[in-house]
Amino acid sequence: MNLDFSAIADSIPYILKGIGVTLEIAAFACVFGFILGVLLSLIKLSGIKPLQWLADFYTSVFRGTPLVLQLIIIYMGIPQMFPSIDISPMPAAILAFSLNSAAYISEIIRGGIMAVDKGQSEAAQALGVSYTSMMKDIILPQALKNIIPALMNEFISLTKESAIVTVIGALDIMRRAYIVGGATFHYIEPLLVAGLIYYIIVLILSYAGKLVEKRMRIGD
Amino acid sequence: MIKVQDLHKTFGNNEVLKGISTTVQDGEIIAIIGPSGSGKSTFLRCINMLETPTSGDIQINDQLITEKKTDLLKIREKVGMVFQHFHLFPHKTVMENLTYAPMKVLKISKENAEKRGEELLKQVGLLEKKDEYPNRLSGGQKQRVAIARALAMEPDLMLFDEPTSALDPEMVKEVLDVMKSLTKTGMTMLIVTHEMGFAREVADRIFFLDGGQLIEDAAPTDFFNNPSTQRAKDFLEKVL
Repeated sequence: MNLDFSAIADSIPYILKGIGVTLEIAAFACVFGFILGVLLSLIKLSGIKPLQWLADFYTSVFRGTPLVLQLIIIYMGIPQMFPSIDISPMPAAILAFSLNSAAYISEIIRGGIMAVDKGQSEAAQALGVSYTSMMKDIILPQALKNIIPALMNEFISLTKESAIVTVIGALDIMRRAYIVGGATFHYIEPLLVAGLIYYIIVLILSYAGKLVEKRMRIGD
Repeated sequence: MIKVQDLHKTFGNNEVLKGISTTVQDGEIIAIIGPSGSGKSTFLRCINMLETPTSGDIQINDQLITEKKTDLLKIREKVGMVFQHFHLFPHKTVMENLTYAPMKVLKISKENAEKRGEELLKQVGLLEKKDEYPNRLSGGQKQRVAIARALAMEPDLMLFDEPTSALDPEMVKEVLDVMKSLTKTGMTMLIVTHEMGFAREVADRIFFLDGGQLIEDAAPTDFFNNPSTQRAKDFLEKVL
């Protein structure tokens, strides 16, 4: 087999440093995507028609166009349309991934909320509980428990897919693997290393997801 | 006091309630019976506005609750409801089920809410289950907790929507016993039920609904011994 990892051995720490960048993008996008996703799902279920249309339109746009295109438009388009705003790769990547995953997450959460027995909201209403408290304390906790696997799936795919930030030059794992390839003329070896890193990250995330799921199963 | 005036409810093309008028005095126990689809549950659910009436008025303690600007949350604080399928909060323990609304809605301190919760659990005979999650309880126990949860809000009025219909036969009695003890406290109760023996024993008045109308409103002895309408006679023949 014609693979020579010794040639890139010195560069492996350089690639490993990309883990921080990849995780930073993924973590921020998860948090912002989740918050925005919850808001969108609540809007979709609010019964206020114009707001619902807006949320549905938002979702269809972000689900209906490639993520890499959204990323480039945010990175290149914002400075062109608003010359006073200078957006660097990391914020652009976090913004694009947050907006995009919010669209998917909002659909996951909407499904989760609708799957909660209607009797739960009736019981809360009958006790005089306000809509906000009912959502926060009764409905969302039950919805979240049911959608943890789907949410974890979304977060994992987000972590992996963050590799496309390479196209706007953010120094994540993928980008660093390319750079090492270019510098050493060994292209495949760094990519295999990058692949292994992604795989291990995903394994860890999956395991963490299982733990969360287990904890949430209390009361079942 | 509850005053219902010409209450109509339509679902799509289906008119479920066709003009119901009645008055219920404080402390009265009303058993609402009738064939399935007669509108019993819908009638009950209109009283705490879980269903919005299509037309007609409902007054509770001189407050017109069918008015648009009425604060429904305030009304519902005072109207407890027990459902056929319990609807306990599955992610909360029995005690948390009992204390959640009093703390959240009435702003009672946790300490006081738990004290009251323990009294209520004692009353329904389930104090030892206070830290269990609902899925560990039998149907009859769940329903007793659900009754305690509604009582924790110290309501003026309790609505029971077929509270024993989803229970295994051997559990019906324990729930009826709790309800029976409640009738002695002077609580106003509206009970949709298929338990004729129970209705006859505890109710002050029987409402017989059929086809969305209140066909008979009579004392239990009168209703069960000589119902005044043919429809009630037919119904009783089938169920007794």
